[in-house]
Amino acid sequence: MTTVNTPSQGLETASASTPAIELRGINKHFGPVHANRDIDLVIRRGTVHGIVGENGAGKSTLMSILYGFYTADSGDIFVNGTKQNITDSRHALALGIGMVHQHFMLVENFTVLENIVLGAEDSAFLRPTLAKARAQLKQLATDYGLEVSPDAIIEDLSVGQQQRVEILKALYRGADILILDEPTGVLTPAEADHLFRILRTLRDEGKTVILITHKLREIMAITDEVSVMRQGAMVKTLETSKTSPTELAEAMVGRRVLLRVEKGPASPGKVMLEVKNLVVADDFGIPRVKDVSFSVRAGEIVGIAGVSGNGQSELLESITGMRDQTAGTVFLNGQPLSLDGDDGAARARAAGLAHVPEDRIRMGLITAFEEWENTILGYQDSYGSGPGLSIAKAKATAKEYIAKFDIRPSNPELKTANFSGGNQQKIVLAREMERDPDVLVIGQPTRGVDIGAIEFIHNEIIKMRDEGKAILLVSVELDEIRSLSDRIIVIFDGQIVGEADPATADEGALGLLMAGVTEQGHSPGPGTLPDHVTPIERNLTEMSPKDNSARDVSP
Amino acid sequence: MNYFNDLILILDSTVRLAVPLILACLAGLYSERAGIVDIGLEGKLLGSAFGAAAVAAVTGSPWLGLFAGIGVALAMSGIHGLASINLKGNQTISGVALNFLAAGLTTFLGQSWFHRGGMTPQLNNDQRFNPIVLPFAPELAGVPILGPIYSELISGHNILAYAAFVAVPITAFVLFQTRFGLRLRAVGENPKALDTAGISVTLLRYQALIITAVLVGIGGTYLSIAQSAGFNNNMSAGRGYIALAALIFAKWKPWPALLVCLLFGFLDALQFRLQGIRFPVIGEVPVQAIQVLPYVLTIILLAGFIGRAVAPKASGIPYTKER
Repeated sequence: MTTVNTPSQGLETASASTPAIELRGINKHFGPVHANRDIDLVIRRGTVHGIVGENGAGKSTLMSILYGFYTADSGDIFVNGTKQNITDSRHALALGIGMVHQHFMLVENFTVLENIVLGAEDSAFLRPTLAKARAQLKQLATDYGLEVSPDAIIEDLSVGQQQRVEILKALYRGADILILDEPTGVLTPAEADHLFRILRTLRDEGKTVILITHKLREIMAITDEVSVMRQGAMVKTLETSKTSPTELAEAMVGRRVLLRVEKGPASPGKVMLEVKNLVVADDFGIPRVKDVSFSVRAGEIVGIAGVSGNGQSELLESITGMRDQTAGTVFLNGQPLSLDGDDGAARARAAGLAHVPEDRIRMGLITAFEEWENTILGYQDSYGSGPGLSIAKAKATAKEYIAKFDIRPSNPELKTANFSGGNQQKIVLAREMERDPDVLVIGQPTRGVDIGAIEFIHNEIIKMRDEGKAILLVSVELDEIRSLSDRIIVIFDGQIVGEADPATADEGALGLLMAGVTEQGHSPGPGTLPDHVTPIERNLTEMSPKDNSARDVSP
Repeated sequence: MNYFNDLILILDSTVRLAVPLILACLAGLYSERAGIVDIGLEGKLLGSAFGAAAVAAVTGSPWLGLFAGIGVALAMSGIHGLASINLKGNQTISGVALNFLAAGLTTFLGQSWFHRGGMTPQLNNDQRFNPIVLPFAPELAGVPILGPIYSELISGHNILAYAAFVAVPITAFVLFQTRFGLRLRAVGENPKALDTAGISVTLLRYQALIITAVLVGIGGTYLSIAQSAGFNNNMSAGRGYIALAALIFAKWKPWPALLVCLLFGFLDALQFRLQGIRFPVIGEVPVQAIQVLPYVLTIILLAGFIGRAVAPKASGIPYTKER
């Protein structure tokens, strides 16, 4: 292989047994939050090293310290056996440490080439830099199977391709140690497989890969060693071949966790929710849901599987009255439901349809409100008469839900932004579930939620089903769909392309369906339509401090 | 031939009227491309016009006036930067505050220094930037068509006007052909991408604000000591806002910005020309109705003809690194 632009070449004298990275006693505080406490970590050269932990366990913070994005309060970092004081990202890059962030750090309206050279330009003028980068890109593409058209505009690329650009960016800067933060969160199963192939090639070429994830399956599939973090501390480091998902989950949460959802057989009753020939267009008038029909019976969970951006969001928004329909009808308990207009969502609620939206921050909560205010949001008319609001009654309800759903901290007057993701999701779930709806529509029930809370949420959903509610579930996590649903509907490009029984469905076959490969073997189109929340938009939300306080802060 | 001469005259004043717009528009382009909304352009124009006129009047040197004009714009950009980059305040509010500050302070200081109701003393020709007659302009004036174009339209402007036109290709080159331009565009789209690449977002944004200040400072100086012979109350008359509108119309690109500013300049020139002319059927139109033309057209153009103008994505958003 031809190495390009490798600043660490001078360090190759370091013996093979010297660890690529060694961290000793790393501490980092964010205000009152002790994000990393006395972390020791050794990462061997030429391995894929996994770091697992729940949200807020401090994985990303630790890696950001290594990458120079944050500075540790105390502790030492050794790179290739030499103590380094990494002050900024540029320094980390010079030491051969590259990072692929969870939210891509790409400029969306720049070309691939421009993004790759950004910050690593050779001269004041772009022309020679771009010409050199183009040549090196070709070399990297052949070396590692990382093929991306250099002149493509980032926003035209699929998420998987964008991620490849991020990896190329790191390699172009001569990265020897590559940190990937939750790389598969946004990928289709096929894209994730491709990524793992690339990571293996990188390892075989002598690079060191650090993989941050909360998905145990990925840890088992690709890593050589795995370190577990919990509440800012390093719990243990294990050899992947000598551990099991159960052991890892226990180490992550600190107690025994059931990875499989335990549920009895469903006893479906009459049809509660029926969708007939539904057509829904997005904000630009492009049809995203195309003639979809299905039904959900009382006492069953129907899961909609599909790669993000194939019309699921529009489908949910339409059924729950948030988005007007172009054509088709939704029946609730046999009655046609009129959902058009701005008060469609209110009428849906009144008719007995509860909705847990896909994005709790944007649609489910007002994070600047106190917890009790969010508890009654959407149902506020039942608290007090006339224009007045019975605050005492609302707070009593909030306290009741907090106890029932184990929401922490148990303070209804705390600003919602100060709750962790899992607890915020519980606030939404409690609000919607405790209204005793006939139909419950849930989008992404456990996105950004810790393992412990996932278990709780899954059990609550099953409990609702056993009480005879009809439940429609949409999730990008195929595992979640498979373990919760009684029936699975696969959606691709706004159309239902298949139905499966979760007990017998084969993951490979589902994956193919999700990618739009039908049994006739033809693919109707690209499988990765852009999600309507673009990575940039997400980055901007992250950057804005008022929204940001909502994320990843442990109570 | 008469119409041709009229046209040349209108185009000549188009150029004169467009110069401050071009400078302010390019100034806005640098800061908005870097992610900083600069609604304070209006105030910076006014402030630097006052600074330039006051210093030119006192020292007698237009060049010192120019330095003062740029200095005032730099100081105002510094306040804007401090509020919106370091303190992460709202950029629109900081800009509007600067506009108020400039409007009030120029009148107040003008009155207390010069006692002329806020105006600065009338400047003589030595204290101003005067028209430059390009080589052979008088000799070639007689050549049909090309002669008037060269000697009236191209020749006979002051150095600041030429600077404005030279700034356009330079800006286009800097923006799209240099490392600085690449980073500048990136910082307005996704500052985090730069931060993770180890480039200081703060430094880049300040650099952009400095360029903005220099350009808008030249623009303000042009208003008071090149185009006019002294400072008048509120003499920027909304040009900063029109420049921002032009920037949106031009979709944050330098060459289209030049064309749009020339268009606005043309409307303004036409407006002067049409005053007092009797139209068939309508008769003489009130002066005010004609003066309002450029502004009405600004609204119509902005409302209907630009299509989707996508601003730099991070524009207006302070960059916060810590969570």
